[in-house]
Amino acid sequence: MSARETATDTSGMSYLDRLPRRAVVVYLPLAVFTFVLLFPFYWMATTTFKPDAELLSREGNPFWVTNPTLAHIEKLLFKTSYPEWMWNTVVVSVLSTLASLVASVLAAYAIERLRFRGAKQVGLGIFLAYLVPPSILFIPLATIVTQLGIFDTRWALILTYPTFLIPFCTWLLMGYFRSIPYELEECALIDGATRWQVLTKIVLPLAVPGLISAGIFAFTLSWNEFIYALTFISSSEVKTVPVGVVTELVEGDVYHWGSLMAGALLGSLPVALLYSFFVEYYVSGMTGAVKE
Amino acid sequence: MRRLLDNRNALGLLFMLPAGVLLLLFLTYPLGLGTWLGFTDTKVGRPGVWIGIENYQFLWGDQVTRLALFNTLFYTVVASVLKFFLGLWLAILLNERIPFKSFFRAAILLPYIVPTALSAIAFWWMFDSQFSVISWVLKRMGLIHEYIDFLGDPWNARWSVIAANVWRGVPFVAITLLAGLQTISPSLYEAAAIDGATGWHRFRYVTLPLLTPIIAVVMTFSVLFTFTDFQLIYVITRGGPLNATHLMATLSFQRAISGGALGEGAAIAIAMVPFLLAAIMFSYFGLQRRAWQQGTDDK
Repeated sequence: MSARETATDTSGMSYLDRLPRRAVVVYLPLAVFTFVLLFPFYWMATTTFKPDAELLSREGNPFWVTNPTLAHIEKLLFKTSYPEWMWNTVVVSVLSTLASLVASVLAAYAIERLRFRGAKQVGLGIFLAYLVPPSILFIPLATIVTQLGIFDTRWALILTYPTFLIPFCTWLLMGYFRSIPYELEECALIDGATRWQVLTKIVLPLAVPGLISAGIFAFTLSWNEFIYALTFISSSEVKTVPVGVVTELVEGDVYHWGSLMAGALLGSLPVALLYSFFVEYYVSGMTGAVKE
Repeated sequence: MRRLLDNRNALGLLFMLPAGVLLLLFLTYPLGLGTWLGFTDTKVGRPGVWIGIENYQFLWGDQVTRLALFNTLFYTVVASVLKFFLGLWLAILLNERIPFKSFFRAAILLPYIVPTALSAIAFWWMFDSQFSVISWVLKRMGLIHEYIDFLGDPWNARWSVIAANVWRGVPFVAITLLAGLQTISPSLYEAAAIDGATGWHRFRYVTLPLLTPIIAVVMTFSVLFTFTDFQLIYVITRGGPLNATHLMATLSFQRAISGGALGEGAAIAIAMVPFLLAAIMFSYFGLQRRAWQQGTDDK
């Protein structure tokens, strides 16, 4: 293997490769990857528009819809609580994202720029908090949420989601604040600006890309959250989309694949759309948090 | 007041207050409370009493817990290895000069963006024992005669949920490693090529050493989230068939929330912590040390 590689590959850089070779080593694997990674979404979409007769048949071509129908979407929107779940998810995601952003901006600025006594340790603590997975916290959190009297309300989610959003956003924003030249702040302080003015008038406008990255990421994380929403919510009218679809649309032994897939598709669309508008911010947020 | 706001310690404390209160109340406190619950026999609606390590003794002898531990380790190791190699491969492909590069990069990250619980339902449907599209294709190709019972057989089910986990995790690994690849200066490759390095040599002696630090971080996160995975299993198999896909997280949910044994469930959750720490140490320091040894001790 290695001898043959040496024989064919002595010429050097990849752009000098001949086209047939590139087709096999680059385009073919890339096409397979893309196909496999996107196929489940195609499958969600076709199932959504397939009538039950086509869904539960082994004949015909399953990859195409012969008689498209909106029956599944109609059932979802008018015969289930799906619109309510959607609304709950929006409310919970927006509020927990905003709360986390405010708390994270203040915390990141304090750790990175005020450098109060113990700032380093606090920064490390924030990073460690990022590593605590929700699946070891949900049981004690369930008892705490019950004691606070917010079990089975939206507040249970709005207040607990920041536990995984704040560490992430703070860590990301610390990196952004670090990249803003300190001289700008010094000048403003010498001119008599207060710390609050420095933060709101100088640092925040310069950190807008970071705020967008953190905001988009936090919104998607709260939209996708599952285990807390499953544990802390039991009434249908306060459920979020992922939990509602999984717990309420599965009835008995007969699975209504059409409406299940319609629910999955409509629940994925908002984050997918948001993501498509802000791909660059999203990617820089994701890679930035890992690189630091 | 004005003087107080100029003092960096006082102001720092004030700024840390919102984040600090939320994290202490909903993260640090539950972590402690969970540890304590693990040593009690608390049930839903009934405060428990201290019973020492009885929960852990019981769980150690419990066949289902042992199976869940095995499943979790198997799931984590196999899925992480697959995610690493496939993710690295995909990152290298995306780093080539290809048309529509930004489109590919955006499309490939989609599995990571959409709610896992919802894409898991799509996998559940694709793994259906009677109407699976995978079985349909394989049968048409003449590779199988009977539809595959993906989720009814223990080993089929294990591999099926691993496939779904890898599908979700590869984009994250690929995109973060791609960001690492893009920071490597092309002049290093040119210099290596002039010195007669082959494609494999360039990968082995230029790409890999420079990529090691970011691989360490990415894989630490990947292992962490795979080990504590919950949603995929809960949606696709609920731990079945015959507990063959139960992970520690799904088992602790079943015992604590569905079964009401909060103390026992908390003990299972806390039992994950040492494994998590070990996994973090292994993937982080293991890979870090290789990077550090690269200069002196090569082969």
